[in-house]
Amino acid sequence: MARIVFTQQLRRFTETPEVDAPVGRLREALQAAFDINPRLQGYVLDEQGHLRANVVVFIDGQRSQDRVALNDVLRADSQVHVLQALSGG
Amino acid sequence: MNESRRAWVATRKGLFELARKGTGWEVARVSFLAEPVSMVLPPTAGGRMLAALNLGHFGVKVHASDDAGATWHEVATPAYPPQPADATGVAWKLVQIWALESIGGTVWAGTLPGGLFRSADGGDSWQLVDSLWSRPERAEWFGGGYDVPGIHSIFAHPTRPGELLVGVSCGGVWGSRGGATQWELQARGMRAEFMPPERADDQNIQDPHAIACCAAHPESLWCQHHNGIFRSTDGSASWQELKAPLSSFGFAVAAHPSEPNTAWFVPAVKDERRVPVNAALVVNRTRDGGRSFESLRQGLPQQDCYDLVYRHGLAVDDSGTALLMGSTTGHLWASDDGGDHWDSTCAHLPPIYAVRFG
Repeated sequence: MARIVFTQQLRRFTETPEVDAPVGRLREALQAAFDINPRLQGYVLDEQGHLRANVVVFIDGQRSQDRVALNDVLRADSQVHVLQALSGG
Repeated sequence: MNESRRAWVATRKGLFELARKGTGWEVARVSFLAEPVSMVLPPTAGGRMLAALNLGHFGVKVHASDDAGATWHEVATPAYPPQPADATGVAWKLVQIWALESIGGTVWAGTLPGGLFRSADGGDSWQLVDSLWSRPERAEWFGGGYDVPGIHSIFAHPTRPGELLVGVSCGGVWGSRGGATQWELQARGMRAEFMPPERADDQNIQDPHAIACCAAHPESLWCQHHNGIFRSTDGSASWQELKAPLSSFGFAVAAHPSEPNTAWFVPAVKDERRVPVNAALVVNRTRDGGRSFESLRQGLPQQDCYDLVYRHGLAVDDSGTALLMGSTTGHLWASDDGGDHWDSTCAHLPPIYAVRFG
């Protein structure tokens, strides 16, 4: 199971569950977290389902590549961190 | 009409509630400290109010209060529908809420990148006004001060239900009949020096920085435009250009609630130099429909002043005598005599986006 962790900065606004998501694409892993807290989706993705311009996702230490379809592949032991990009600060 | 006892200041780092203290104002409460609040809708008689946040990383959010700002909870954010694959132009993504108005039980939100939203439940849910968003002219709109166009001014006619007027930077002035189902451009007479000469009179690309309406005489409208000051006496059917002292450039305008010939403006040098003329802050007031202006200075800094008052940074209350003015460098001034005299209420607020009574 891939593990997805959200920045603590988001806890000021909404709950951020730590999720063990089924292996697959990044979008599916994020959706597993959004299923627990639907409000979280609007903080990470815009209304078109794209990664927000000033949110960044790291998968096993590497920045995700697909900010639109979120099709980056996760391994069984992937560690996913959803962070605020410094560009937005 | 009594002077207002409460006012609101939306800033880069929070929402400040002001309360009367003696003859002046004091900060009574701070909400959303350190978060950008792009616009506030003052409370209804029942205490319902809205604040629009523009979180740096996590997008636009709307919070509601049912106790006049004592407590808040997040509600739905206006959202654009899925963007068709063949849609050109701006992305269908909410960038900022620039205007919030409550009119006859409907809440209206003007946004960047140019969508108008309506809510029938006090902001708990929103619907895009597709009749305006789908106008083919929208493809010609462009950003004024931002990368994308936006709606910053929204008015409803007080006695003709269904008539709405919105100002777009840069997309002119649009009027609707039939409850925002049909729209037409209403910027005839405005001019745009920032366009090629053959497009200067094009109504659809005008940049009305802000529009103000006399509540008791809604046919009287004032516009602080990118290229000067314009007035309409026929409900936006036509506009006439006025010349103000010092400079006709600026962002803010306030209209007297009952005197149709009275309005206030805050001049800046010009487009490419957005600072007070001679580093001295003034408010230009007309009381004769724009035939003449007084430059009001008492109580305002007259040297080394570089404060800019942005489009929602000037407000007059329902009495027509109390004014508030906030600058992008966080200075707030108040007047209780129609602008003849000003007092510094607070000199060290965050950059001020909007001031509102109520």
